[in-house]
Amino acid sequence: MIDDNVHNGEFLIRVNNLFKDFGKVKVLKGVSCDIKKGEKVVVIGPSGSGKSTMLRCMNLLETPTYGEIWFNGKLLTPVDPYLHFDVIRESDTYKCLMINAHKDFPAVSPAELDLKVIEQIKKEDLLRKREGKNYSRAIKQIFEKNYQDVNLTRRKMGMVFQHFNLFNNLNVLDNLTLAPVKLKLKSKEEAENKAMELLRRIGLEDKAKVYPSTLSGGQKQRIAIVRALAMEPEVMLFDEPTSALDPEMVGEVLELMKDLADEGMTMVVVTHEMGFAKEVASRVLFMDEGIIKEENNPKDFFENPKDKRLIEFLSKVL
Amino acid sequence: MSLAVLSKKFEKFWSSLSVPGIVDRIILGLRNTFLIALIGFVLGFVLGSILAIFKLLPNNKRWCKFLSKVNDVYVAIFRGTPIVVQLLVAYYFLLPLLGLNADGLVVCEVVFGLNSAAYVAEIMRGGILSVDKGQTEAGRSMGLNYIQTMFYIVLPQAIKNILPTLGNELITLVKETSVVSFVGAIDLFTAFNYIAGRNYEYMIPYLAMAIIYIVIIVILTIIIKIIEGRLRASDRR
Repeated sequence: MIDDNVHNGEFLIRVNNLFKDFGKVKVLKGVSCDIKKGEKVVVIGPSGSGKSTMLRCMNLLETPTYGEIWFNGKLLTPVDPYLHFDVIRESDTYKCLMINAHKDFPAVSPAELDLKVIEQIKKEDLLRKREGKNYSRAIKQIFEKNYQDVNLTRRKMGMVFQHFNLFNNLNVLDNLTLAPVKLKLKSKEEAENKAMELLRRIGLEDKAKVYPSTLSGGQKQRIAIVRALAMEPEVMLFDEPTSALDPEMVGEVLELMKDLADEGMTMVVVTHEMGFAKEVASRVLFMDEGIIKEENNPKDFFENPKDKRLIEFLSKVL
Repeated sequence: MSLAVLSKKFEKFWSSLSVPGIVDRIILGLRNTFLIALIGFVLGFVLGSILAIFKLLPNNKRWCKFLSKVNDVYVAIFRGTPIVVQLLVAYYFLLPLLGLNADGLVVCEVVFGLNSAAYVAEIMRGGILSVDKGQTEAGRSMGLNYIQTMFYIVLPQAIKNILPTLGNELITLVKETSVVSFVGAIDLFTAFNYIAGRNYEYMIPYLAMAIIYIVIIVILTIIIKIIEGRLRASDRR
């Protein structure tokens, strides 16, 4: 009955029943996927299919309209208990909350706790209904206990953007050290040593003191990747990292990403590079019209696609 | 008018400078003009930046909407009335109302700051909006919070973009100080007005005043250009 996966660390990111609207446009219509530690998930799909939006929802750069994002067993999405109450008891979320509650009361068995909490909720519900309200304070309290500040979580999720987004007002070295130093994760010296080490790794240590505007696209993107690495993240999110690059420079960025993959970094990559997907991915997702239409290992995904839209898509891009 | 008359007028002006207290008055006026303009500018800059951020907060919480309204009202009040009126209201209405006793100079500094804030807020808002959204996203994605991202990444770039306009604002402030005599403060304008009224000789004192204003503004323009050049260091290719 109880789903332990979120809590024993097997799933690093869990996306559960995610919806996102931009005004009247429904971009995501119920996306669920789990990303395990060390997995390299590549997301492909036609433009407008919601793949970038899903990625940006994972670190809450976009706030989901509905649904949950879990990271390391902690809930990231702000939850409105009043809104969720009807669906909550049957959902995975509820089960996960029970397990977390169990950690706070180790003497009580999960099943017992489950019953106790339900009893409590029922009691409160009755009281609330008499007052003309229909939510439960118990649920709210449990949610608040499990809710984690998104700024803390984002430190552990590196993100790489299509347009690099290096800080234009800072030189390359300061780009790499700004966040670790300002968030007091490292002293200035430590951060600079680490930054130089990362720059050496991509062969750009001579660019440490120059400003981003003097760099080529490929150099910018590689620096953007090591800037994310400077935070020592547990997962890296790539949002079409090669789409804005000259064809000549795509190779050097993909090379660095492959290196990262070989080191065992957990990666979620939204891309149009099918070659990269075939070679590096441990799982490929095909998104279309706001849902995940197909999900498979790369071999079966490319050689034996089942979804009609995917077959059409692959015939065009391969 | 013949050159002889003109030179006689000039001599009269020149000799009046040697009357004890006159040069001191000019220097005091010059100092006050700078003081009001600079303190007003700094106050306006800080307050204006804060007001601009009020307006740009993510519009999803109630207190964010409230702060955005605060900005609207503030800008409406301080852009909607002439600065002379603000000075008079502050000096002759607010001070007695609050039972405070303040020097006209201090009132001028504060009112110029508050007035300038309304303009800087709009300038700053434009500047912040001119910075690519990706910069904010990159900052936030690394775990920096809204304020940190603003402070370390967006504002430095925004200020670089709006520096010419900000310079404009500072220059306007220097020139607008000429109205402070309404609340009894001494500035450059009042100092020269005094000299002119002293011997009923207006031509040369007012010309000298104009020249001094121009010199001040030209010097300020040069300083602003130097600062701009420094800030543009990251643009060099």
